[in-house]
Amino acid sequence: MRIELERRASASGLFSVVSPILALTLTLLSGALLFLMLGKDPLHALYSFFIDPLLEVWSLHELAIKAAPLILIAVGLSVCYRSNNWNIGAEGQFTIGAICGSILPVMVPQWHSPMVLPLMLLMGMLGGALYAGIPALLKTRFNTNEILTSLMLVYIAQLFLDWLTRGLWRDPKGFNFPQTVSFAPEAVLPELLESGRAHWSIVFALVAAVAIWFMMRFMLKGFEVTVLGRSERAGRFAGFSARRMVWFSMMLSGALAGLAGISEVSGSIGHLQPSISPGYGFTAIIVAFLGRLNPLGIIASGFVLALTYLGGEAAQLSIGVSDKVTRVFQGLILFFVLSCDTLILYRVRLIFGAGRNVEARS
Amino acid sequence: MFEAILLTIVTAATPLVIAAVGELVTERAGVLNLGVEGMMIMGAVCAFAGSYLTGVPLLGVLCGILGGAAFSLLFGFLTLTLVANQVATGLALTLLGLGLSGQIGESFVGIPGVKLQPIVFPILSDIPFIGRLLFAQDITFYLSIALIIGVHWFLFKSRTGLKMRAIGDNHGSAHALGIHVVRTRYLAVMFGGACAGLAGAQLSLVYTPQWVENMAAGRGWIALALVVFASWRPWRVLAGGYIFGAVGILQLHAQALGIGVPSQFLSMLPYAVTIVVLIVISHNRRTTLINTPACLGKPFVPDR
Repeated sequence: MRIELERRASASGLFSVVSPILALTLTLLSGALLFLMLGKDPLHALYSFFIDPLLEVWSLHELAIKAAPLILIAVGLSVCYRSNNWNIGAEGQFTIGAICGSILPVMVPQWHSPMVLPLMLLMGMLGGALYAGIPALLKTRFNTNEILTSLMLVYIAQLFLDWLTRGLWRDPKGFNFPQTVSFAPEAVLPELLESGRAHWSIVFALVAAVAIWFMMRFMLKGFEVTVLGRSERAGRFAGFSARRMVWFSMMLSGALAGLAGISEVSGSIGHLQPSISPGYGFTAIIVAFLGRLNPLGIIASGFVLALTYLGGEAAQLSIGVSDKVTRVFQGLILFFVLSCDTLILYRVRLIFGAGRNVEARS
Repeated sequence: MFEAILLTIVTAATPLVIAAVGELVTERAGVLNLGVEGMMIMGAVCAFAGSYLTGVPLLGVLCGILGGAAFSLLFGFLTLTLVANQVATGLALTLLGLGLSGQIGESFVGIPGVKLQPIVFPILSDIPFIGRLLFAQDITFYLSIALIIGVHWFLFKSRTGLKMRAIGDNHGSAHALGIHVVRTRYLAVMFGGACAGLAGAQLSLVYTPQWVENMAAGRGWIALALVVFASWRPWRVLAGGYIFGAVGILQLHAQALGIGVPSQFLSMLPYAVTIVVLIVISHNRRTTLINTPACLGKPFVPDR
């Protein structure tokens, strides 16, 4: 049996909707298989993984808390990937954003003012943007591969945070725990509703997604992103600069990742500590692709991936599997999304038997 | 003391060299597999499992190689048969590998592993200074050297190697000449996977003979950078691998000596050096363009 592809005349509208759904279905099926192999009842396991967390108010709040950074980061990444700039260091930009945003509450905790919080958010965005500017600078100036440099910067950022929280910024009254002082109330991102912990970051995420969607759909800048991503040459003829696009897309996604970082620290954690993210920056890559690099799609996929985090935690308690299952699920989703996306651009035909001789080549 | 440091440098450099030379072959065939980190960690966990369950570390090495190669097939299927985006699929391979290896290796955490025994060449290993360094190592070291020599010979002295380079530089023309583009690329991807798996096996059987989650710690990515550093030439991979290995080991020794720099900053060194090296290598656009396989990362659908 062989698989043969035939290019469609134009991208299939039907399959661009069906493909993510198909991918999720396949993920669920292989998830069931996985649980079966672990010796669990697959239906019960899937139920407690994907349905249980949706049934209680507090866990819906947790869902929003986890979806917010994923959506924020993924929306920025979608602009990068559409313009062919492969920023995979969002985790590092998230970390640096969190650090820069924490400068005020950690270093001048005595300054109580309503200006603190907006300044923190701005500094977080600035920090993330500048950190993403490093691979942008290296790519435009020295022609280095942004995939590798942005990833290396993740390790550097995490080690820097580790040093800060164990060294320079460690709370002297913190019983030797590696963490900074707790943020003062005016430095904490307020909660949205009375009923739970969800805070303003989910609002930032939704606003960012809609804004970027508007830019990509209705503004010249969005067109520029798409054209340069499809063909740099065509973009040059239209007078667009690929160099400036590198800067724009990297710094935009860096700023959003930085905002996600400081929102997470300010809203959910309340201080800096060596580990502030369960891999949001990397999971956001999956979110971006599952959302088909469309900001509105990313909102939906952000909630799906947030659910895998929650489900992992829930399944740990209810069916006794480890939280590592979450990472497996997330990896599987991306795989199935990428394979199902083939259906959008190509007709796939299965050919049984040897086939004609001519076709057997390659 | 000096010899001991050199010995650890060799051990640290070996996985980098092996993984990088495998990726070099994959990239020479025009396929960019960013999943080295994932294949490496899968190789590490498979090798540990094989060695632990059979009690024979050599079988563990074999399991690592097979595990890496099998895992790379997933990448091959997506990018070669389904023509998915290579960058995204490579990332997917890494993310899935990290998750899957954590799941598989969960029951191995904390179990002391069996170290792969060195193969000592009599007489030769008695040569002062270099004897123990070069002739009393474990099998992965010998394999790493053999791989460099073999890959160099294959790429530049053999007909199949020439065809493979042709595919990497212009898959359309190669296809028109009747060279099996997709089939060759499958083999190249699997070779890369097998090498990454072997590198992982070295990590969990030689470097630190135990299973630790995420124990590849970015080495797969450094191997990818090494391929760029080597401008797709096997011998330079060897040189680069040892430079990176040396940086990694020397910063550890500096930490132990306590030279007044926080350990975190020293731990950053290998990653920072990678960035600096990439800058130095890539800043000349023209030479980069000449060295890079022209079809690297480009999708190929055979027309009929």
